[in-house]
Amino acid sequence: MNPFLAIVRRDVRLAFRQGTDTLMTLAFFVIAVVLFPLGVGPEPNVLARIGGGVVWVAALLASMLALERLFQTDYEDGGLELLALAPMPLQIVVLAKVLAHWLATGLPLAVAAPVLGLLMNTPPDVFPVLVAALLLGTPTLSLIGAIGAGLILGARRGGVLLALLVLPLFIPVLVFGVSAVEMAAQGLSPKASLLILGAMALAALALGPWAAAAAVRQALE
Amino acid sequence: MSLFTGHDLTCIRGERRVFAGLRFALDPGGALLLQGANGSGKTSLLRLMAGLGRPAEGRIRWHDVDIADDCETHNARLHFVGHGDTVKPALSARENIAFWTDLRGGGDVEGALSAFGLGPLAAVPGRFLSAGQRRRVNLARLAAAPAALWLLDEPATALDSDSVARLRDAIARHRAGGGSVALSSHGGLDIPDAVPLDLTDFAEAAA
Repeated sequence: MNPFLAIVRRDVRLAFRQGTDTLMTLAFFVIAVVLFPLGVGPEPNVLARIGGGVVWVAALLASMLALERLFQTDYEDGGLELLALAPMPLQIVVLAKVLAHWLATGLPLAVAAPVLGLLMNTPPDVFPVLVAALLLGTPTLSLIGAIGAGLILGARRGGVLLALLVLPLFIPVLVFGVSAVEMAAQGLSPKASLLILGAMALAALALGPWAAAAAVRQALE
Repeated sequence: MSLFTGHDLTCIRGERRVFAGLRFALDPGGALLLQGANGSGKTSLLRLMAGLGRPAEGRIRWHDVDIADDCETHNARLHFVGHGDTVKPALSARENIAFWTDLRGGGDVEGALSAFGLGPLAAVPGRFLSAGQRRRVNLARLAAAPAALWLLDEPATALDSDSVARLRDAIARHRAGGGSVALSSHGGLDIPDAVPLDLTDFAEAAA
């Protein structure tokens, strides 16, 4: 089997078999969004107004949950050294792990988003844009997050540090992700925001694996 | 000229100079046995040989080519066994070995399982394996995919005498096929005609 696919398959299998990563991420996403109608009150217009932003912020925080363990478990059991010694560039190894992380967390979030949109009284005709924005935005979150996950290797209480490092970098994705949903809700074309989300994903794809590989190499020295 | 050589190597960990002026040479079919007290740099030297770090001074060469110049080719010809067992609790013994073998382009997983007596444990998830069994799973990937150079850091840790014999056989087969091995060991693993390298000698030079 192709080494790249071998890494993707193993990490996705681990995420599903251990049950924590995918299920925990989805459960957190659902609970975080459900808290809003309870806290803000069941006023349909208010919920429809804030729905897009709430779903995006919850998705952003949920995608952080499994990020801490992206390299951590491999680092602890010595597997990261062996991955670094695989006969392929470390950037490609990182890319395979990021892809697996996205398949196990980002993709389920995007698929689950319309259900939570219903809960927030988001108009159903906005759902395709919401899903498209999440599909374009969540890979960027995984790629940027991988840099943070590499940098916190070996640190105590890495999870909190990771949030502090990475959440500010997620802001552009949040801004344009929400704006795509708002545009669609007002009947305007969300194309510009979606294109910017796509551009950010491509930029993160070009730079993220290199920066994350450098961080991992630093941790292994 | 030897196959795998180190010239005037210096290793610095933190602020401390672990060893300096270290040389080694390893031929096809040869074995290098690293000796020395705790902290004398056995693990550090093996990691330098694997290319996981760069020596502060000196060169490590394979066929006269510096390993730092072509990391991927060097990675493709070596197997590294470190302190960690690299066994995922959620994957079975066979899946664990198959993953590391796929990463190197495939190999004989079933043969490796039997070489380390793991046949009956092949379907058991990693979390139910004992320390010695996890170590055997980690060692089995050596036998699954061929590599010219084995770098083994205390490979006999946690192994029972039967498994130590299996490891000794695997190393003998590897060497008979022209492979080289560098290992550190605190006894228990007798390697015939291994060249000893006492790292304590180079620690004094550093002081």
